[in-house]
Amino acid sequence: MNDRRLVLRVATGSGLALVLPRTSGAQVRARDARPQEGDRFVVAAGDSKGTVVRLPDLQTGSPPLSVLPRDPSGTIRDGSRLNQILMVRLDETRMSAATRTRSAQGVLAYSAVCTHTGCDGLSWAAETLRFRCPCHESEFDAADGARVVGGPAPRRLPALPLKIVDDYVVAAATFSARAGVIQP
Amino acid sequence: MTLLNKVVPALAALLLPLAVQAQQKTPEYTPVTEARLLKPEAHNWLMLRGNYNGQGYSPLDKINTTNVKRLVPVWSYSTGQLEGHQAPPLVNNGIMFITTPRNQVLALNAKTGALIWRYQREFAEDVSHPHPTSRGVALFNDKVYLATMDAFVVCLDARTGKMVWETKLGENKANYYFTLAPLIAKGKVMVGSSGGEYGIRGFIAAVDAETGKEAWRTYMIPGPGEPGHETWQGDQWKTGGVSVWVTGHYDPKLNLTYWGTGNAGPWPSDAHPGDNLYATSVVAIEPETGKIRSHHQYHWNDNWDWDEVSPPLLIDIKRAGRTIPALVHPARNGYLWMLERKQDGIGFVDAKAYVKQNVFTAIDPKTGRPSYDMDKRLLVGKTTTFCPSHWGGKDWPPAAFNPKTNLLYIPAHENLCSTLVGEAKIAAYAPGKRYVGTEAAKTRVFPQEGAKNIGEVQAWDLNSGKRVWTYPFPDMNINWGPLLTTAGGLVFGGGSADRKFRALDARSGKLLWEFVTNSGITAVPSSYMVDGVQYIAVQSGWGVDAQKMVARLNGSMKTNVSVPQGGVVWVFAVK
Repeated sequence: MNDRRLVLRVATGSGLALVLPRTSGAQVRARDARPQEGDRFVVAAGDSKGTVVRLPDLQTGSPPLSVLPRDPSGTIRDGSRLNQILMVRLDETRMSAATRTRSAQGVLAYSAVCTHTGCDGLSWAAETLRFRCPCHESEFDAADGARVVGGPAPRRLPALPLKIVDDYVVAAATFSARAGVIQP
Repeated sequence: MTLLNKVVPALAALLLPLAVQAQQKTPEYTPVTEARLLKPEAHNWLMLRGNYNGQGYSPLDKINTTNVKRLVPVWSYSTGQLEGHQAPPLVNNGIMFITTPRNQVLALNAKTGALIWRYQREFAEDVSHPHPTSRGVALFNDKVYLATMDAFVVCLDARTGKMVWETKLGENKANYYFTLAPLIAKGKVMVGSSGGEYGIRGFIAAVDAETGKEAWRTYMIPGPGEPGHETWQGDQWKTGGVSVWVTGHYDPKLNLTYWGTGNAGPWPSDAHPGDNLYATSVVAIEPETGKIRSHHQYHWNDNWDWDEVSPPLLIDIKRAGRTIPALVHPARNGYLWMLERKQDGIGFVDAKAYVKQNVFTAIDPKTGRPSYDMDKRLLVGKTTTFCPSHWGGKDWPPAAFNPKTNLLYIPAHENLCSTLVGEAKIAAYAPGKRYVGTEAAKTRVFPQEGAKNIGEVQAWDLNSGKRVWTYPFPDMNINWGPLLTTAGGLVFGGGSADRKFRALDARSGKLLWEFVTNSGITAVPSSYMVDGVQYIAVQSGWGVDAQKMVARLNGSMKTNVSVPQGGVVWVFAVK
């Protein structure tokens, strides 16, 4: 059975089946679509999974939080692995000027998918403020727009500009570039 | 009629025969029958290792120790792809087939390098392929078979490259993907799944070569009620890894295929208590049914990432005057295993370390089961250091056996060790998410103190069980080079960051010839003959684990080695 549909047998005596969509086409598109301006974010894993991210959830010096975007209707955009986002709060004085313009009170968001071969699960080096890919050792400088500072990745991690609205972390635009791998 | 009107038809008349001639230069395709796979002609290279026995041996001897110095490139072809080119050029009566990363297939004229056709696969934007490589195609009848990084088996028309059918065998969103070349026997196209770092349940599956219909699927972790299930605890069998990274070999006499299997995951020992069958094993499988007839586990409860990815080579060896149909496996765990293949079992013959190994304390002489230095185990939240490194004494690059010299050649990593750090708390399994249980950024790979080399080629006499010679790579180069050996008394291989392709004397290990290619070579070389000329062919295109090892060693050795990427097919002949 198509798992996106819920079939209700209606006792009308006519034997007709009423087919109601559990997930509409629009919702499917919303789940698959990349983050949009106005999206909030939810924690992607762990004990707080599903919790909407607020500014106090991110402390300077703490490791990055894995999050997923959530559209204004409440649909979590978990339909594509390219929607995985790493959110981290840094001291704004350590950021490059361009990076600072995308941050909201020190909070930065980047695609969690390496631009080399599309691996996720990037680790964090707190001393150097770098993300590091577990697959092929690419390194990205979070304080400088996630530019490549080591390894084979051909380009930086796309950034997601942020703003703070009512204490919630909110997307201020779409990704700065296409997430994931761009093939020749 | 104008002058132009006169000239154009005249030119066309002149050019037409040339066009026809060019078309005629493409050799007529010869179907690869089962009989031909069972007994491949010396001038062809019809499957991954040239033969079902996996020996990587070419009976051609026109290129030999006396003339190899005059080996020069005769043509080359850019693949247009980056990353790890690992597939051998297969050759069927003058037509060459190559795969590259992104599952591109090229059919080339093996004599001239002219493109006959190209297959390029389209992938979803969010396709996951943590090991960006494709280790080859398989040929059968008039078809070409490919296992893809989005977990499909694809059948192409060998004459045109047009897709005939495709069959999905795994869910890429959960990180099932294929890196191997299919194995074809008894009309079945067999493949195995990668994805061990992502909590897959590894499997080997077969589809019907004609229809593409799935014929069977055998999981490398037994389910409830199946023998071996008791070697896992709780639900860990559902997400315990055990990938099948590399194509198996086939014994037609016993009608059994032999496969090497990957490690259990997440890596720390206490994250998967038990022996964990059929992880780090050789598994004998019937090609028609998928039934596991027998197995031998090289080491139990792996926690050093020593996937035993390579299948064993099928070689007859002599022990105490008896000829033993053996399974020979230079293992990632650093031991050279010799086993006996039988109708209903796999017997242990012997095992000895071929690189420095400090984990095993003993091998049971009857069963081959190793005992461990338990302090060397990786545990949750603990750090361990051990040798050989987690890439092992030899990773996936295949060894070769030469029946003329009676020597086994191993592309080895000597003197390397690893430090792994177990995560204090392993996050629960989530489909498609990394499920390794180590702090990747803290992994170290380093040479032992006083080491004079890392990469090397070793030659072993399997009858005496002794090493005959070693060719150490200069300048602390690593060796990720699959080997080819020939009746001309040669061993070919690349594997090093210095981009060289080398020919060694198969009897002495002396370096006879070398050539610096565009990139580094981690691909399987092959040899073939067209119109009486013998060729040696190999792809050069650095990437995947070789690139990663260089990065790790740059960190530990404070070096700055870098290898350019980009694939090129190289074809050499004696001039």
